[in-house]
Amino acid sequence: MSAVSSTVALFSKDVRSELRTRYALNALLMFVVTAVATILFALRADQPSPTVLSGMYWVVVFFTAMSSLSRIFVSEEERGTTLTLQLVASPSTVYFGKLLFNTALTVSLTLAVTVLYTLVFSEFFIIQTPSIFFVTVFLGSLGFASAATIIAAIVAKANTRGTLYPVLSFPILIVLLMTVMNATARALEGENFSEAMGDFQILVGYILVMTGGSFLLFDYVWKD
Amino acid sequence: MKFVKYGSLGIISFIVIAGLGIPLSPSPQSWLEFPVIPGLEDKARNLFFHVPMAWTSVLGFLVSTYFGFRYLRTKEIDYDFKSVSAAGLGFLFCILATVTGALWARFNWGSFWSWDPRQTSIFILLLIYGAYFALRSAIESDEKRASLSAVYSIIGGLTAPFFIFVMPRMMSGLHPGAKEDAGGKGPLFESKMLAPNMRVLFYVSLIGFTLLFVWMLQMRIRTARLEYESSRELSER
Amino acid sequence: MNDITLTINGISQEFNRRTIFRDLTFTISSGESLALTGKNGSGKSTLIKILSGLLTPTKGTVAYTLKGTKVLPDDIKSAIGLVSPYLQLYDEFTGLENLMILSSIRSNGSLTKERAEALLDRFGLAARRHDFVRGYSSGMKQRLKYAFALLHAPGVLLLDEPTSNLDAEGIEIVQQVVLEQGKAGILILATNDEGEAKWCSRRFQVA
Repeated sequence: MSAVSSTVALFSKDVRSELRTRYALNALLMFVVTAVATILFALRADQPSPTVLSGMYWVVVFFTAMSSLSRIFVSEEERGTTLTLQLVASPSTVYFGKLLFNTALTVSLTLAVTVLYTLVFSEFFIIQTPSIFFVTVFLGSLGFASAATIIAAIVAKANTRGTLYPVLSFPILIVLLMTVMNATARALEGENFSEAMGDFQILVGYILVMTGGSFLLFDYVWKD
Repeated sequence: MKFVKYGSLGIISFIVIAGLGIPLSPSPQSWLEFPVIPGLEDKARNLFFHVPMAWTSVLGFLVSTYFGFRYLRTKEIDYDFKSVSAAGLGFLFCILATVTGALWARFNWGSFWSWDPRQTSIFILLLIYGAYFALRSAIESDEKRASLSAVYSIIGGLTAPFFIFVMPRMMSGLHPGAKEDAGGKGPLFESKMLAPNMRVLFYVSLIGFTLLFVWMLQMRIRTARLEYESSRELSER
Repeated sequence: MNDITLTINGISQEFNRRTIFRDLTFTISSGESLALTGKNGSGKSTLIKILSGLLTPTKGTVAYTLKGTKVLPDDIKSAIGLVSPYLQLYDEFTGLENLMILSSIRSNGSLTKERAEALLDRFGLAARRHDFVRGYSSGMKQRLKYAFALLHAPGVLLLDEPTSNLDAEGIEIVQQVVLEQGKAGILILATNDEGEAKWCSRRFQVA
């Protein structure tokens, strides 16, 4: 019981801190806008296919996530509050609190990209099977956060954090990226919900394996 | 371990001579002739090098992850020497397998790279190795470097099983044994087209490359230990 | 809360190909205070980290016993208060918020706002309790660290460089804290200052 309330307390601390400082949120929104604008310039008058659009969607999500999801640990490390947190919270509390925050951040990120996409690509980005799309985006966000959180914890302890984060994350996230791109294309092409079940199984498996593995390994990363 | 040293060098030299030297014949009569496999011909000889190299690169990753895991459990720095030495060799063989594979693909399938599932897998393995060494070079303290890189290689290993399910859904395979392979004859080294002498040579080559890996691993571990001890003596002075 | 005994047995610490210290052994019980002394780089801060359970020594054991029974390393943290130059509080929160948030993460439940305010008052921060820590001077931050360390009335208080950045009044409050803790529980401080070392009943040379 107290483990849950600690986790929630840590999560609400991070949310309050984020709302006050806007370290991640502002950068994240600007990044999304910049990335989508770049895609618009690149496409000009071309008519992008569903595969290209769903690929681009997750490219934007990937790079935006890489610009902001590591903050959760890097900011503690940079300000010297890691010791404080180690003193008041158990490693599992820290892991799940941070995972919760990164999940919330990724969900808001995918929502922002979706809204922007439907606005600027109103003719091409037509979600024909919304059920597939929203399940994919939700599971995809969870999967992103689960892998990105443990990598963020690793990167926070290294020296060249900014460039290292995408380098370490990409090989781990590539399975997830391939699956969500595939499922998103299905949603745009109007396939039946049942046809995406295989993708969803992979996503759920990925989330479980990543979260479980990270939970077991987090002690070794978090403690000096 | 003189046996490992001379054994591996002997077998590899034998494979080079026999694998490249034994002539092809449309109807092989003796053990000293290879059959002509339609579509492969002389290119089939790459089987003795490319596949064992790919096997060694995966072996390197498994050995490295295993020793990384042992390090996390015991915190004995010696396991990190073993882990990083295995990863270095795995990386080397991964590059060799990629190059030999790309060359084979160029002459058999028409292009160096076509994102077939196995090409994609080895590409990701290359990326994981690259990321592993990038991470190591970004950490100054021995202890942190050892435990963080061990955690990373375990996390990398956790994603591997997913590729088996994901890749066939996303891309068509060109390698023999892939789902799309019309004859469904399985990997080349299990194929009926392969003469018994080729098959024997292939398995001997697998053993040879594995022994080579073990021998090089022992040398690298010894070097890592010596380097550590000498820099330790310097800093204690 | 009382009757805590801390035993360290043969601990050695190696870090990045260097031995920091070797084979340290001592025991301390409630009602005692111990000053860790030793020249710069002798590993006093590292030893404090090990005692607080934040670092596992390369060799040897650290054991806490409460009324004769062994306490697990994870549970001991709730009985430890730590003040250290390496430990920072959150800049974007006020002094009072820091205390309330950290104790809610620790979730020992019993903390009331009154206790937090009383501690802030004791360390002379009452008037500034609603100001962001970002705006605190380094001495005020050091005072706030004491309020944080004493928040849960720890049985073991560990102080690393206890009076850094403090003015004369601050040092006097710290001396009071040291004397009280040395009677009620365990107090260990790491210092290079002869005057501070004299506050303690015992001394241990780290080398």
